[in-house]
Amino acid sequence: MTDTKKSPEEVKATPVAPEKEVKKVEEKPPVKPKPDPRRRLFKSDRMTIVAPAPHNKGRHSVPRIMYTVIAALIPAVVMALLFFGTQAMVTIMVAIFAAIVAEYACNRIMKTGLTIDDGSAILTGLLLALTLPPTFPIWATALGAVVAIVFGKQVFGGLGGNIFNPALLGRAFLQASFPVQITTWTAPQFGQLDAVTGATPLAAFFSGNGETPFVDLLFGNVGGCIGETSALAILIPGIVLLFMRYADWRIPVSYLGTVFVFSGILFWIDPVAYPHPVFMLLSGGLLLGAFFMATDMVSSPVTPKGTWIYGIGMGIVLVLIRVWGGLPEGVMYSILFMNGLVPLLNRWTRPKYFGEIQQDTRK
Amino acid sequence: MKLSTFKKGLHAEDYKYFSQDKAIETLPLPDDVYIPLQQHIGAPCEVIVAKGDKVKTGQIIANTDAFVAAPIHSTVTGVVKDIQKYYHPLGMRATMIHIKREAEDEWVKLDKIDDWKWAKKEDVIKVIRQAGIVGLGGATFPTHVKLSPPDDKTIDSFILNGVECEPYLTSDDRMMIEQTDKILEGMAIMMHILDVKRGYIGIENNKPEAIAQMKKRVVELGYPFKVVPLKVKYPQGAEKMLIYSVLKRNVPANKLPMDVGVVVNNVGTALAVQQAIIDQKPLVERVVTVTGDGVNEPKNLMARIGTPFANLFEACNGVKDEVHKIFMGGPMMGMTQYHLESPVVKGSSGIVAVTGDLIEEISQFPCIRCGACVDVCPMSLMPLRLSKFSQAREVDKLEDFGAMSCIECGSCSFICPAHIPIVQWIKVGKVRVREAAAKKAKETK
Repeated sequence: MTDTKKSPEEVKATPVAPEKEVKKVEEKPPVKPKPDPRRRLFKSDRMTIVAPAPHNKGRHSVPRIMYTVIAALIPAVVMALLFFGTQAMVTIMVAIFAAIVAEYACNRIMKTGLTIDDGSAILTGLLLALTLPPTFPIWATALGAVVAIVFGKQVFGGLGGNIFNPALLGRAFLQASFPVQITTWTAPQFGQLDAVTGATPLAAFFSGNGETPFVDLLFGNVGGCIGETSALAILIPGIVLLFMRYADWRIPVSYLGTVFVFSGILFWIDPVAYPHPVFMLLSGGLLLGAFFMATDMVSSPVTPKGTWIYGIGMGIVLVLIRVWGGLPEGVMYSILFMNGLVPLLNRWTRPKYFGEIQQDTRK
Repeated sequence: MKLSTFKKGLHAEDYKYFSQDKAIETLPLPDDVYIPLQQHIGAPCEVIVAKGDKVKTGQIIANTDAFVAAPIHSTVTGVVKDIQKYYHPLGMRATMIHIKREAEDEWVKLDKIDDWKWAKKEDVIKVIRQAGIVGLGGATFPTHVKLSPPDDKTIDSFILNGVECEPYLTSDDRMMIEQTDKILEGMAIMMHILDVKRGYIGIENNKPEAIAQMKKRVVELGYPFKVVPLKVKYPQGAEKMLIYSVLKRNVPANKLPMDVGVVVNNVGTALAVQQAIIDQKPLVERVVTVTGDGVNEPKNLMARIGTPFANLFEACNGVKDEVHKIFMGGPMMGMTQYHLESPVVKGSSGIVAVTGDLIEEISQFPCIRCGACVDVCPMSLMPLRLSKFSQAREVDKLEDFGAMSCIECGSCSFICPAHIPIVQWIKVGKVRVREAAAKKAKETK
């Protein structure tokens, strides 16, 4: 939103010696002045910075987080290329390009300074593309990316202000506008793309065609969105992100855990009507959503307790939509729904500060 | 073995290697010393010498009758040249006594305590006050106040703070290695005054030599103290965090450690107490770490209070020309120095000169609500919201969210990926809360 703002501390780099003393030296050369302490130490007219503590910084920065997440998505992109070929690549490129252009336009109109280099627009475009089917019209992809950036992020004041995950908001817009195109899936063809339509594993299951083998789900030999074919390509980089602390581990754990437990109970009640919990975890966009979208820092809670509630809530909404809802897939709506509750969760779950509990812990 | 520690907090590169192995050297006596009138928390002292007076080392030159205060001593033998405003290391101009050294040390000794184990406790406390001892960890709270708790408070534990969690600083570390016996005796004296049986010495695990030395001498000298190695984590040296780490007790907000029956003192303070009681020497010198990548030869120096920082840097063979920032204390809470004639005060645990770029990023990105500050805040506050409230001057919400219990450790600013000066805003917010309270009190009157 902002370019380098200069605070008063930074501008006020004060000389080590006061000006007064220096003047004295110039006016009365015969009187030998007290040696300037700066001269005692520095060879040149060195200036030092005066600023409040802390004087050292951690190594994290916003662009670093964004680009790391983008890098973690590369395996999913590679798998998409392998299974869906060039059209997947075109969709991804168009989405990213449109997101950058929209960001640039907003920056110019809102006069906020360029924010393209922080990487958030690229990430939004990429995530949006990964949630679209490979045959999705290119112009509609671009439109979705523009909506994601403009209405998902910039109308709230840019990065950090948005309530909903921008990429998912863009996709929700596309789902409402192009319901047919967004549910037209192609069966994966290794290395090339022909227009053989095929159902996604979830759609297949709920129309009574049984479960897709777990091995296919893991490696991605299934129909579906560009980024949700291979579970492994999402899972491994996702777990790496958790260890790097660039995604909150509580979110995938609580989200996936709730889905597993909830659908496990249903499966235990009636194994024929309800899907196997592992199938629930691996199919559709759940892993992509759990590791890369629900963990979006801006639209997830900041408090540990709030994060648990957020994850559990998403899990419950997801299973409800998948099992009893009209849609085969519910990841997007489950995340968007809980995004809307985040401001309240942040308010309700303020951690008790140290010593706030007035109890005697003496043993 | 799992080391005990407190909740949250952060790991920062400690940079202790610059000066960790350097034995304490005594700085040559300075020709000029500038002694500020207030070097402690509490009432300021009044000058009791006049311009032109001859003073001796250890002579009281400023004093007050207030209870929460400590007298100021001359740290060299010489003549009072001037009493006027000079540069204070805390970033203002403050009244200081300028003494020109004229001779080698001629000591004015403190009152003699024959055997502290049998002496009256009031007398020992009186000598500690007379010696001008304050908390040498940096907070500079007068030690005799800590040692005389009100009658309704029972103290059952004493913790010696050898944590030194700030990066760069090694003065406490070296003191524990070189002056072990004296520190332990000082601790025993303080525990005797407080009539406390349980003594703990908290040391972070990145000081293995100090831990080993302390453990060894405690056993050899037969003290009933327990050396507690702690996991390296910032800000463990903060009183409340240390009490939690060692004893797992929560100090309630707006309360003091003595409310949970604990007194915490720094190792430097223990050493000063020992020297006051045994050697009859008032607090005229302290160990200052001069370090950082901008210093040519980092050292731990025993320096007289009032010595200009420039003298210390000269003793370390000067600084590099690329130095961009000089601060007193550690990098997390230290004060930037703007003048090298600023003197060493009782709270100066180190001076650090670092090199780097002159332009500093203050805030480059908006808050992305990553929650990193919430994860590290040792007081379990929500720094991101506090800084927003402070910017919006929402005084009521600042109080609701516990801004006043912020210990200003700087962890939130350190960790923030958007480089927002969070702790700086919270400090501003605390001032705003106090101002609002003062205004309210005025209106109700």
